[in-house]
Formats: sequence, C-alpha cells, structure tokens
Amino acid sequence: MTSQAHHQPAAAATAPPAPHSSMPSIGSLVRRPEVGSLIGMVAVLVFFSVFGGANFMSAGGAASWLNVASELGIIALPIGLLMIAGHLDLSVGSMVPASSMTIAILSGHYGLPIVVGILAALGLGLAVGFINGVLVIRTKVPSFVVTLATLFALAGLTLGLSVILSGSTSVALKSGPTAKLLFGDYLGGKFEVTLFWWIAAVLIVGFILNFSRFGNWILAMGGDAVSARNAGIPTDRVTIALFMSSSLCASFVGMSQAILYNSAQVAAGQSFIFNSIIAVVIGGVLLTGGYGSVVGIVLGTLTFAIVNQGIFYTGFDANWASLIIGVLLLAAVLMNNTFRTMALTYAPRTKPRAR
Amino acid sequence: MTTPLLRLTAINKSFGPIDVLHDISLEVNRGEVLCLLGDNGAGKSTLIKILSGVHKPTSGTMEMDGRSVAFDSPRDASDHGIATVHQFGGTFPLMSIGRSFFVGAELTRRWGPLTIYDRKRANEIAVTEMRQLGITRIDDGDRLVGGLSGGERQALAIARAVHFGASVLILDEPTAALGVKEAAHVLRIVLQARRKGIAVIFITHNVVHALTVGDHFAVLIRGAKAADFRKGEKSREAITDLMAGGEQMAELEAEIESFSATDDGHAPHGASHA
Repeated sequence: MTSQAHHQPAAAATAPPAPHSSMPSIGSLVRRPEVGSLIGMVAVLVFFSVFGGANFMSAGGAASWLNVASELGIIALPIGLLMIAGHLDLSVGSMVPASSMTIAILSGHYGLPIVVGILAALGLGLAVGFINGVLVIRTKVPSFVVTLATLFALAGLTLGLSVILSGSTSVALKSGPTAKLLFGDYLGGKFEVTLFWWIAAVLIVGFILNFSRFGNWILAMGGDAVSARNAGIPTDRVTIALFMSSSLCASFVGMSQAILYNSAQVAAGQSFIFNSIIAVVIGGVLLTGGYGSVVGIVLGTLTFAIVNQGIFYTGFDANWASLIIGVLLLAAVLMNNTFRTMALTYAPRTKPRAR
Repeated sequence: MTTPLLRLTAINKSFGPIDVLHDISLEVNRGEVLCLLGDNGAGKSTLIKILSGVHKPTSGTMEMDGRSVAFDSPRDASDHGIATVHQFGGTFPLMSIGRSFFVGAELTRRWGPLTIYDRKRANEIAVTEMRQLGITRIDDGDRLVGGLSGGERQALAIARAVHFGASVLILDEPTAALGVKEAAHVLRIVLQARRKGIAVIFITHNVVHALTVGDHFAVLIRGAKAADFRKGEKSREAITDLMAGGEQMAELEAEIESFSATDDGHAPHGASHA
C-alpha cells in the first residue's frame, strides 16, 4: 500500500484541468427534466387547436387561457418554490378572497383611498405568510396541516368579519383609473394586465431560483433540510420568506381580482389551492422537494390553463375538463419521473469509462 | 507531534438513564488516520455526533491544538475545521455537482448591479477538485449528484471538505456500501487526504480496510474503549476477535462445526447446490 501511496501525488499533480465545454448536446437537452412538461404542453395545445378550431387559436381564445394562466401563474410560482423547499401552502385558497374582501371593505365599503386598500390587502398577505412560516418552523408540524388549519381559520375570519363590518358576503368596489390600469384592466379589450405581472414574477422567481444564493438554499433545503442547516443555511428565515411570498402573491391576485371585477366575494378563490399544486406538479416539481424549475412551473401553468379553457372551444361538454386534467396530471408526473431518471444517468460525453 | 490536533479526555455520554459512551479518551494527530472500529451499537455514531457538534458530551473535555473547545452546533464544529462525510456522501441527489459542492458557501460574481451565483466557476472548481482525487469520469459540473456512483459521491464530499480547509475529516463508514474497486478508490483518497496533513477519523467495521489505511486504531465495545494501539501492534485476527468479542465468534465456529458433523458437511434443510 505504501508504494501506491507514493506514486499517487504525481498522478494528482498531472491530472489534467477539467475540460469545459459549453456546447449543449442533444443528449443533454433531452436529459433536461423540463422536457416532460414541454411535451405535455405541446400535446394539449395541438389537441385543442385541432378540436377547438379557429376560435381557440384567435386572439380571444388565447386571451381566455392566458388570463387564467396569469392569475394562476402568479400564485403557482411561489408555491413551486415552497414545494422545491419541501413545503406546501394550502392557505392561498383563503388568502385570495381575504385579500379581495380587505380592499373591497376598506376602499369600497368605507370609501378609504384605494392605496390604503391595496397596501392593507398586501400587508395582510405578508402577515398571514409570516404566521404560516413561524407556525411551521416552531411546531414542526407538516406545512400541509399547518396551512390547512390557516386555510380554514382565514376563511372563517373573512366570512365573520365581512358580515360584521359590511353586513354582506359580497362588497362592491369602485377604484380609480390608475389602480384600474395597473391591476384590473383589459389590454385590447381581451388580455388582463395581470399577464404583465405574471411575466414580471416569472423573471423575478427565475432569477431567485437560478442565479441567487437564495435559490441554491431552496434546492438544498428541499433535498435534505438537516444537511442544509448544517451547511450554514438559515433554513428558518428561508422558510418564513417563502411562506410570506406565497401569501403575498395570493393576496396580490385577490386584490387585482377585486379591482378587475369591481367587487369581492367571500367564497372566491378555493380553486387556487389544488390548481396551483397541479400546475406546479405538471411542471415537474417534485412534491417531496429538492427539485424543480421555473420553466417547468410556467409550462405546467400554461398546460393547466389550456385544458381548463380550451374545453369550451371544443364540441365536448365542459364537464370533461376535470377528467382530462386528472389524466394529464398522472401522465405528466410519470413522464417527469422518467425524464428525471434520465437526468440522473451519467454518461460521459467524451469516452466511455476509461478507468 | 507535541500537541495532538484533537484530544478527547474522559468523554461520557448518556441519554437519560442509558450510558452510551463511557470514559473515552482519544488523540488524533495531523496527517494521521485514526481508525475507529466497533460492532454495530458500540457507540461509534454517538462519538461521531459529539465530534461533529450534533450532541454535547455529558462530561469530559475536547481540545483542539491544546485549546479547550465545545461545539454548539454542527455549523460550529465545521467552523473549527471538522468535516463529517456520511456513508452516502452527497445528500442532495437532485442538485448539480457544482451547486451541491458550494451549498451554504455559494460562489458569486457581479452581474451589473446584481450579485449572482457563479455557476461556471463553481462547476469548474468542483470538477477540478474531484479530478484531484482521481475521479476523472466527471467532466460536467451541471450533472446531478444522484447520477454519481457511491464512491464518486464519497469523493465529492471529501473533495468538498478538503476544498473548504477541513483539518479533521470524519468519514462515517465510507466503504460500507461500496464494491471492492470503489472501496479501494475511496481508501486511496483517504491516504491522499492524510498526505495533505489532514487528521482523518475513519469509522468502519471492516478490519481489512482499517488496516490498509490506519496509523492508529481504537476499538469500541459497548460504549467503552476496549483497545488503543498503533499500526503493526496487533494482527488482523486479534482485532476481529476484539471487535466481535472473541467468545461469540468461537461459539459460532463451534455451531458450524456441529452442523458439519451432523449433516454431513451441509447446512440443515439442505440448500440445493448448483
């Protein structure tokens, strides 16, 4: 063994520097795990283009699913980050109407300036997210249960306070032209301005996940929370920040919906709970954490929206949409698993195992 | 060789009424491999957890370079230069090699007004460090850790510890889950780390592996140090006997012999022989 020990340093010293090729090969592209979600989205797009006819492909048709995608997408992005970090947030389902009701009651019922309503709604979102985060890290109860509890608590609070304060479960809101233009208008009469907010959110979240240290921390926490903490990652702070961002985004959607529709209802928004999870999972994010991409989440969101709206352009009964989404979800997860496994197989580009 | 890099004196650890470690004293020197041997349940893991800051000893003292230390957390221990590599090495199978190499210590660069993660340089360094340890198959730091073999993951974790300047490297059963060739490679990496002046604590129950790389050996039995000797002072058989508690092995041998006598050299309920 000593002889081996002696010739080793020479070998180490002459080890060639790592070759660096930046040319992605076709093999490495196929091994990108978002491929599964891309195939899924293209498939549903082709399907509904064929069965939906010209209307589906018109600007109006595109607007109908892009509008759904943008509202869902703004929530799905932070939900995706949370899921990558190993958590779930169900409370967005109550956060959306709670935020709508906050702005409608403050600025509609009491007639306060719209800015006050907007800030109060977003502030409520940050507060609820903070509570979710603190509860999860303090109690160590799975976030599924914690946010299920806050989902119901917040729904009850919204209903109770709305009836006490405004005497109704539905409140009208008249907002000024500036607020309308920023949060609740249609461009060209068809495209909601939230589309631009979604694009902004995609860029921000994409930057965070791929280019910031914070993104690496999120991936590491979802992979193994204990090792991540041992590596010096402030896991508690990251967890709270992620819950605050998902509640903030949910309250943003609720707030802009109230401005868009000029009113708020107590019961709106529950559909976001599962729709956001479906979009994120179709997008290839691992439900157990540690893996996911922003491109995937965007593709998953678009896929969901296309199926959800595309059905109205076909001759089929709209009741079938949920069936399609269910089947699609399962197919997407299986396909994503396959592509993830492919990404894990390592074949060197240059020479097959030389050692 | 005057002051050992790490010295444990009379370490005791109990969890409630259960005594897990009893009066353990050990010395680890720079550029030496200390092999910690022991059967399952002998207290090896608890000892590692104390060294790596997960548990605090109930009593006893730890010194590094002659100065008394107490670790509040694993982070604290690694700030003191103690790195622990667990059996399966990389614990983030779905992260890229470059990203997992720099978890918690991400390389950044300026990009306009923003500070961004320097993927290219992180990948280069990670791949180069692994090549230094003889893992030449890896040429792309974007690949996922989960695609590496067990030995390559060990190498990645060791390369990481070396890169971040660990002075004490704790390897928890690094060869246990590996095939013969891979295990040999990991042993070679252990020797490389030793040559860099790192104090290596090598936990194993494989006596052959221990004898290959060890300078100094300690055997734990039921939470107490049963033997402490240097290379060449004991034979392999003597160590194996010591670890398993000699009598049990003797009993087993006697049992096997009685099978051979009664069943004509075959195991009872004769397994079919191909």
